[in-house]
Amino acid sequence: MFSFLSRRIAYMFLTLLLVSLVSFLIIQAAPGDYAEIYAAQKAVTGAVISQADVQALRVELGLDQPWYVQYGRWLFKAVQGDFGLSWTWRRPVGEVIAERMPLTLAIAFSTLLFMYAVSIPVGIYSATHRYSFGDNVVTILGYLGLAIPNFLLALVLMYLSQRYLSQSVGGLFSPRFANAPWSVAKVIDMLQHLVVPVLVLGISGTAFLIRAMRAALLDELDKMYVLSAKASGLSPMQLLLRYPVRMALNPIASTLGWRLTYVISGAPIVGYVLALPDTGPLFLHALLNQDMHLAGAMIFIYCALTIIGTFLSDVLLVMLDPRIRLE
Amino acid sequence: MKLGGILLPTFFRGKRAEKIRRPDLASQWQLMWWKFRKHKLAMVGMVLLGIFVFMALFAEFISPYPPYDRNPAYVAGAPMGIRFFEEDGTFHMQPFVYGNKAQRDPITLRMKFATDTTQIWKLQLFSHGKPYRLLGIIPTDLHLFGTDKGFVHLFGTDFTGLDIFSRTVHATRASLGVAIIGVSVSFLLGAAIGGAAGYFGGALDSFIMRFIEFIRSIPTLPLWLALAAALPRDWGPLATYVAITIILSLLGWTWLARTVRSKLLATRKEDFVLSARLSGCSDFRIIHRHLLPSFISYLIVDVSIAFPEILLAETSLSFLGLGLREPVESWGVLLFAAQSIRAIDQAPWLMIPGIFVIVAVLAFNFVGDGLRDAADPYAR
Amino acid sequence: MEPAVENPVLSVKNLQIVLDNGGSYIQITDDVSFSIGRGEVLALVGESGSGKSVTALALMQLLAQNLKIAHGEILLRTQSGSSTDIAKLGTRGKAIESIRGARMGMIFQEPMSSFSPIHTIGAQIAEVVQVHESASRQVARTRASDLLAQVGIPDPVGALDRYPAEFSGGMRQRAMIARALICGPELLIADEPTTALDVTIQGQILELLRNLKKNLGMAILFITHDLGIVAQMADRVAVMYSGAIVESGPVREIFRNPTHPYTRALLEAVPRLGDLDRGRRIQPISGSMPNIYAVPSGCRFHPRCPVAQLPRCSDFAPPVFSKGEHLVACIHGEKAFGP
Repeated sequence: MFSFLSRRIAYMFLTLLLVSLVSFLIIQAAPGDYAEIYAAQKAVTGAVISQADVQALRVELGLDQPWYVQYGRWLFKAVQGDFGLSWTWRRPVGEVIAERMPLTLAIAFSTLLFMYAVSIPVGIYSATHRYSFGDNVVTILGYLGLAIPNFLLALVLMYLSQRYLSQSVGGLFSPRFANAPWSVAKVIDMLQHLVVPVLVLGISGTAFLIRAMRAALLDELDKMYVLSAKASGLSPMQLLLRYPVRMALNPIASTLGWRLTYVISGAPIVGYVLALPDTGPLFLHALLNQDMHLAGAMIFIYCALTIIGTFLSDVLLVMLDPRIRLE
Repeated sequence: MKLGGILLPTFFRGKRAEKIRRPDLASQWQLMWWKFRKHKLAMVGMVLLGIFVFMALFAEFISPYPPYDRNPAYVAGAPMGIRFFEEDGTFHMQPFVYGNKAQRDPITLRMKFATDTTQIWKLQLFSHGKPYRLLGIIPTDLHLFGTDKGFVHLFGTDFTGLDIFSRTVHATRASLGVAIIGVSVSFLLGAAIGGAAGYFGGALDSFIMRFIEFIRSIPTLPLWLALAAALPRDWGPLATYVAITIILSLLGWTWLARTVRSKLLATRKEDFVLSARLSGCSDFRIIHRHLLPSFISYLIVDVSIAFPEILLAETSLSFLGLGLREPVESWGVLLFAAQSIRAIDQAPWLMIPGIFVIVAVLAFNFVGDGLRDAADPYAR
Repeated sequence: MEPAVENPVLSVKNLQIVLDNGGSYIQITDDVSFSIGRGEVLALVGESGSGKSVTALALMQLLAQNLKIAHGEILLRTQSGSSTDIAKLGTRGKAIESIRGARMGMIFQEPMSSFSPIHTIGAQIAEVVQVHESASRQVARTRASDLLAQVGIPDPVGALDRYPAEFSGGMRQRAMIARALICGPELLIADEPTTALDVTIQGQILELLRNLKKNLGMAILFITHDLGIVAQMADRVAVMYSGAIVESGPVREIFRNPTHPYTRALLEAVPRLGDLDRGRRIQPISGSMPNIYAVPSGCRFHPRCPVAQLPRCSDFAPPVFSKGEHLVACIHGEKAFGP
């Protein structure tokens, strides 16, 4: 158990290091470095900047150093939360992200909660009522959920609520609460606004999990221990919840990390389309404007989130399954 | 007569043999086909995919207009319904659409289009329109349908007066093209890397497996977006197309690689491989006759799962303006126009290409599920 | 074929099980009849695929969904003589669930997979008592440790909190037996309980079963393909071939005087100590068991039978002959049993 944990933690840090390298390379991959962009911006305002000035700026920022030195510096600062300056926002990247990160986390967490809360009972129902009307409905909805790109679902929901409820679903607060101080009413308003992003972001993950739960449970129902428990007189219901469901939860729980990856993966687009004040629009605008310091930092943070999440889900799995614990 | 006498009994024998299935005598592929055919959704998926391929090949024929033919008389116009009955109930054998009148809105000064029920534009099958080359070779001006006078826009038009139906049909090409090329590159990468891991084993194997785990643990879409954003803006449409396809396939090969590797490792130790080796089969024969057939079905399943993934990724990228760009047209490129709530409020039919994306993904998933069920024909 | 048994605990009459092959039904067992007396051990013998395990599962209404009892009775009798027809109880509901594990226990071939790997042994055994006797957790655990002691598990109290993975195969089968017997059933169905075990462990488990039978007085339906086990364990034998019982009787009688050509072939195929000294060679049975999709007409054994008389054996079902408790379904029975 202890060796498993320490191995797993070491692996997590190694992955984080690799991810930081990838993020740094993406920052570097964009055409033009910070000094040039800075010069170009100054030029727009009418200031005259010579090539020598650019070079001086480069030396000042350390951009003349080999890439690994630059990477080392970047990483050293990044660990302390300093990701450099965003030139579109003219503010420190860390600050800009920190403002919007809590909302992204809230959406991601609610989405995960929603996915598991819906998919586990529905999956159990589907597996135990195989080929029934209800199961078929679930299957059809599942296929649709997997097939609809989430940005399209967001668009359709926005269109429908605009047209038929004459209410905008974009943003996180109704206009009257937008600048109001925090209150119970404001929290309720926010939760109402969370419904659409969570639904949009969670729908295909939920569909996937329902299928996974159904398949895992069907697998378990065929196992010998189910037959032997039945032979000792347990009713199907007692048996179902005590053994196969409990077993089927293991593979479902073990994919928690991937689900998180998936949610974080989809979050930027959904946030962008629904115009949420989270990191989604921030990230996409950074990419479209090639504000690579911001974009690279975002990628690093997105990746770090999923890596830490995957680690936590692995620990959870170990707690759920004595077989791993015993090794 | 003699011919009939010989043919008839065999014919009936064939019929009867199909009625009473003998799972104990059937070959692996036969069992798989039975199982696949039993999966009704998979058959539906096959038909849908057939239609999409047909659309991609004969886009010019199916669409009534070239994708860049602006219709100034119908800008941002709604889909025109095909009718058999006139408003007063008069029935026409030949389907028709009502004509249109353009008016300027006195307040907003925008052009508005109103249905003009006095005009009847009849639809014609195989009508003559703009000339083109069928499959790029045969010059013709025949289109699947058109009107005797006026115009027909089944899915309406966009803000520049382009026919959305024609554009959607043409976009099938790029959308499926990216998916097919992307999956092929993924397949080659996956087979090569997974094969190397499974064949050489040892340190290389564990390195590759760690690497795959690493790729899996990072959120791919932001990475795709970032890579796509890093592409130079001044690249031509074709270069972008190729680059985007490669970026999409770059992260999709991991499933295949894992399947290839694990199946290689698993089957290498199987008794039937050992017995083939003992009876003097060459390595090539073992791989070709024994190993490959035992897991090719799993590879097909993985490929069928990779398709919708790449299709959805391309659509998302293009929708955000980071993927393919005009003049290349894919469903995602068409959806780019539907990005703002103002646009879809005025012209909700701009979202119609999205339906094609959904149907295509559904079709791929149906087929994939059928294949997955059929892949292991000996399972219950 | 139904031998006379006085006040049997279980009697099966004309049991027919079918496989639902996508609309068409394929017969798996044909008119299987047998009875088990109180405290008696009946061995059901046959090759794999003969339908013996399916028959065992049917006795507890545990058949897989594509298998059905099409016809026949499964009468479970109490001491006083009142009987319940299990065949009519259906696969779920209170009626059958109160029989499973309480009046009939069952152990399986695979001790490795018969326990849930993520629950403790104690919880899985105690649960049976809790379900049937609505006993408290504490009482159930005490009963469970008592029974674990009785089946010979060292440190029975500590064993309650261990996981199946911490047990060896033999230990797990002992725990399985404890689970099947904890409510004191009148009948134990043992479906090849020793097949997956080492020979030494096998002997220990058989001895355990014999002792338990002596002490607890339950009847055992022992399903096996191993005639050596039959000789050690059984009072009576029923030989099954391709879904039908071809011969049955007291174990001594069957071993001394095997009448059905299949039984004879089975006995010939068993190696015995001293075979080599006497120059005897093991005689394998030629051919193989017909698969369920292509069962031969008439006597199912006729394509493999060395003494078949065609077309009599291929066209007509074999007649049944009896001598005392010894029954055989073969045309040669008449000659063997005399007029």
